[in-house]
Amino acid sequence: MKIGVLALQGDFREHIRVLEDLGVEAAEVRLPHELDELKGLIIPGGESTAIGMLMQKYGMDRAIKEKFEKGMKIWGTCAGAILIAKEISGEKKDFSLGLMDISVRRNGYGRQLQSFEANLNVKCIGGFKGVFIRAPKIVKCGDNCDVLAEYQGSPVMVHEQNLLATTFHPELTKDAGIHQYFIDMVKDEISIEIS
Amino acid sequence: MDDNAVKGTYRLKKGLAEMLKGGVIMDVVNAAQAKIAEKAGAVSVMALERVPADIRAQGGVARMADPKKIKEIMNAVSVPVMAKARIGHFAEARILEALEVDYIDESEVLTPADERHIEKHSFNVPFVCGARDLGEALRRIKEGAAMIRTKGEAGTGNVIEAVRHMRRINEEIEALKGLSSRKLNQKAVEMRVSYKLVEETARLGRLPVVNFAAGGIATPADAALMMQLGCDGVFVGSGIFKSKNPEKMAKAIVEAVTHYNEPEILAKISEGLGEAMEGIEIEKLSVKMQERGK
Repeated sequence: MKIGVLALQGDFREHIRVLEDLGVEAAEVRLPHELDELKGLIIPGGESTAIGMLMQKYGMDRAIKEKFEKGMKIWGTCAGAILIAKEISGEKKDFSLGLMDISVRRNGYGRQLQSFEANLNVKCIGGFKGVFIRAPKIVKCGDNCDVLAEYQGSPVMVHEQNLLATTFHPELTKDAGIHQYFIDMVKDEISIEIS
Repeated sequence: MDDNAVKGTYRLKKGLAEMLKGGVIMDVVNAAQAKIAEKAGAVSVMALERVPADIRAQGGVARMADPKKIKEIMNAVSVPVMAKARIGHFAEARILEALEVDYIDESEVLTPADERHIEKHSFNVPFVCGARDLGEALRRIKEGAAMIRTKGEAGTGNVIEAVRHMRRINEEIEALKGLSSRKLNQKAVEMRVSYKLVEETARLGRLPVVNFAAGGIATPADAALMMQLGCDGVFVGSGIFKSKNPEKMAKAIVEAVTHYNEPEILAKISEGLGEAMEGIEIEKLSVKMQERGK
């Protein structure tokens, strides 16, 4: 089982390190053919406009959507969550993959000075340090979404079928719990509860 | 409700730099340029009064940009906005923090205000600083810098100094490997930093914060060269808006930083870009900015 990390821009190296620490084969992915053997893909934090533009350039957006339709699981963190969202609040989503039934607002908590760390309580995992850096805010979730964690009443971690979104950065902490959750998702060992 | 949030931690400061990795940070002097940079895929823009090439040509004391200009640029784009303060000028830095810029570059491109650097730990806004060697890099980190860049030689369009600084830092880190703790301690004393910082650098085999290339990068090939030397990303100052076709050049450099290991792609994106900025030989310089702030 191989999990890829989209390495066009952002903190992809940190995700690779956590996956490898958990004994999973991980690969940097930049071009469509590198998606071939992947069962899961992480879209990391970075600048969503930059990653979005680079994704379109070599047909990565199309290739990712095709693999997703064939069952590849996708987890987006921060910028990654923006890129998989169906709706970007108040903007045209010209660079988005538009996969997950969530609406996000970019820089939803403000600029860097408003970046924060907060203790979260994540369903199935427990206490987790949420590192939010110029994070997007999830302002709406569809009926098929399972909200796994919230901060101040807004969802910050959401699971919908083959998709996972976190607006914070688990890869910047020493806790591999959420990476393990995604690995279990890729292995089809987790199903979601919809209330 | 969950009122346990903390702000301004070192992890958050370093963390934003982590998100910029594999990206290009571009100098801009107005909102229109900022928009062009963002559209081309810049991960951040540096708001300036004049690009380094013009500072060099016009001379005089170079200071922090007008807050009005910085605000205009912050309002024009959604990517993080950086701005420069003079070395040691903590009052300029406090003004930039009050403006809520996302990063401050304590920069040798501006005229220094002090021999000493700003004590950066007491700020909530993160800082990036230039370095020519490992000692400079670790001293800046000790003072609180959350990101490092090579100094290179700004405004020259000549990449040799950035290459020199990156190679020197790499070699000095390599030389730390396998040293006894007594030797590491000796290095720490020489570099005037803590043992802990030197030990961490030796263990990681790289700087404990993100390290970008800066100072003289003018083409996609320059950017790819710096990435192949192990930089985490690239600052481009005068190289974009002093070129014949800024939009094309900006896009090409962004792509070159992502695909730095694919010569075929680099060949394609380097094609027909028009003239790059005019360069200057280092020997012909009257002012070497890299010698400011050691």
